[in-house]
Amino acid sequence: MSRSILLRGGRVIDPSQSLDETADVLIVDDRIEAIGARVANETSNRDGVETIDCAGLVVSPGFIDVHCHLREPGREEVETIATGARAAVAGGFTSVCAMPNTDPVTDNQAAVGFIIRQGTIANAARVYPVGAISLGQRGDALAEFGEMVAAGAVAVSDDGRPVASAHLMRTALEYARTFGIPVADHCEEPTLAKGGAMNEGVVSARLGLKGVPAEAEEIMAIRDILLARRTGGHIHLCHMSTRGSVELIRWGKDRGINVTAEVCPHHISLTEDAVEDYNTNAKMNPPLRTADDVAALQSAVRDGTIDLIATDHAPHHYDEKEREFADAPNGIVGLETALAVNITWLVASGIIDLPLLIERMSCAPSRVFKLPGGTLRRGAPADVTVFDAQTKWVVDPSRFKSKGRNTPYAGHTLQGRARCTLVGGRVVYRADA
Amino acid sequence: MTPSLGKDLLGLERLSGEQIKLILDTAEPFKEISERAIKKVPTLRGATIVNLFFEASTRTRVSFEFAEKRLSADPVNVSASGSSVSKGETLVDTARNLEAMRIDMVVIRHGASGAAQFLADRIESNVINAGDGTHEHPTQGLLDLLTLRDHFGRLDGIKVCIVGDVLHSRVARSNIWGLTKMGAEVGVCGPRSLLPNAIDALGVKVFNRVEEAIEWADALNVLRLQLERMTAGYIPSQREYNRVFGVSRERLERAKRDILILHPGPMNRGVEIDSDVADGPFSVILEQVTNGVAVRMAVLYLLSGGKPELAESAKRGGGER
Repeated sequence: MSRSILLRGGRVIDPSQSLDETADVLIVDDRIEAIGARVANETSNRDGVETIDCAGLVVSPGFIDVHCHLREPGREEVETIATGARAAVAGGFTSVCAMPNTDPVTDNQAAVGFIIRQGTIANAARVYPVGAISLGQRGDALAEFGEMVAAGAVAVSDDGRPVASAHLMRTALEYARTFGIPVADHCEEPTLAKGGAMNEGVVSARLGLKGVPAEAEEIMAIRDILLARRTGGHIHLCHMSTRGSVELIRWGKDRGINVTAEVCPHHISLTEDAVEDYNTNAKMNPPLRTADDVAALQSAVRDGTIDLIATDHAPHHYDEKEREFADAPNGIVGLETALAVNITWLVASGIIDLPLLIERMSCAPSRVFKLPGGTLRRGAPADVTVFDAQTKWVVDPSRFKSKGRNTPYAGHTLQGRARCTLVGGRVVYRADA
Repeated sequence: MTPSLGKDLLGLERLSGEQIKLILDTAEPFKEISERAIKKVPTLRGATIVNLFFEASTRTRVSFEFAEKRLSADPVNVSASGSSVSKGETLVDTARNLEAMRIDMVVIRHGASGAAQFLADRIESNVINAGDGTHEHPTQGLLDLLTLRDHFGRLDGIKVCIVGDVLHSRVARSNIWGLTKMGAEVGVCGPRSLLPNAIDALGVKVFNRVEEAIEWADALNVLRLQLERMTAGYIPSQREYNRVFGVSRERLERAKRDILILHPGPMNRGVEIDSDVADGPFSVILEQVTNGVAVRMAVLYLLSGGKPELAESAKRGGGER
């Protein structure tokens, strides 16, 4: 007997079919069965239909995070695939891509298979592995893209480390093209960025911290856009943080180069000022930049120069962050705050509307990484996020499902929160309230 | 109402001109104690102070220790060798241990910018920054101010140029903030590769040529050139540095007026400063050292709750905290 769930009376926003109306969504088994104003009436007398009241809430295709660090294998005390996948669904994400800078590095088919298996056991968000570009992420020799893709990898990346060799990046783009996957690029010119702890600028000059100039990112961004032009490969630029990068991406897109780009919630909301007082929870790579960069990134999300928003969720143990700024590790958790940060800084501030936010958090990631989901069309997998776009809440890291507590938003009042998350037609998360 | 310093002295950037003046004024009566045969007053009797030095330092540590002993405090010196990332105890554990020992004050020197604040945020004791990474070295800045004020009778309107590796200098930052807040004009001069990229935003005048700086300034504060700047590729050689930026007698003699010469030490003679300048008639480098003790006594006294107007009587042996 089939299993049915009726999401009743929500504001259904599905940019993939230009839908924004109050409607019911009927899910049968693991698929979207129907959307419409009268679906509830037609199904109300059926037996075995679980109804979830969505009045006042938004019903959208599930969010997809193409960039997160789940730390397993190797740093299970910091995060596991299970805790990360549960954090994901608590934040409204139905799919996440796990970056390969694990220990050992996810650079072969067996390692990819392990991530898939742990994701299946976790039974929360779908977990898609990203394989390494180079063996051990050492930047020397290509990893076996073909076998990793066959095992379930959806992209390749040496994220966390730049690909210093232009030759290796060139061959990676060419080779990845064979398998139709993007090369997700951590743009950082290593000799410029070396030893840097924050954005190079007035604040770094005042605090006496070594800065990472915007050019460290931009030089690699343009190098790899040019290599994508040469090779026809798909370059996906991760966590863009500067106005200059936005201009370079725009330059590439205007010329029809196969470049896509992502931005993280923190880079469209916070500036280098958050580092004041040596706050290690505001330390990430790339670093928080200036208000001008934030403004450029916000408009790039609006005009599509930046295709999608990804979290770069990077949990760390709390005592790793509780130390001298220069020695603290980079990164913050993001899965459970992304939606609220995006609503607070992009939607509530009037820069984009909710349908466009959903496009950038669900449809675009699905398109760019060729992942299932990103739509509520009939017959699509029932990956659905139900969220309250109005509610305000105070971020309390101790309540995160993630093991990570490292967030610069602790104590911030943010707007918007996931209420219910469905993956493959199953409710995998429901907020208590 | 007289301003107070608050719990800690972490840097001059956060102090007001009034607070800086308070410290300098309080240092005046303490100068005299060091001139006595018996250089000791009971002002901080019973106060336990840890001098926590994660970086090698002779001058600053000894200066603090004398300041503490001349105020009758009980100092303990802790030298934690090795860099902050070495496998030793973490700074937060060090902080907790100090807190558990119920000490009154910590003087910290550390290789990481922000280390003093990190400690101050976690313990109730007073924390004095004796140099944190490339951030600030407030007591050095204060003793430079005191030395300048001794000579010019004021700080307002004087022109001071900091010469050298401003990028990596905590002394430079403390000087920039302290001097600016006291109404002095501040210039910096050095190879552009050793000036912060955003230097213009710090409210200072920039000189590419040391001759121009000498032309402009009433006083030069000459910074030590660290040897590792060459290996890290910031400048080509010490020799060229001396030829282009070295403060020599020849260059000073071409100036229209006498220029006071300060140097925070230790000096590389023949690199950033020539010996005949360092030992010359306009050098106040040793006065800086003498003033360092008085300024540190003032800071210890004020942070421990000493009333500024009573510093004079504290000097006489009374004094209230």
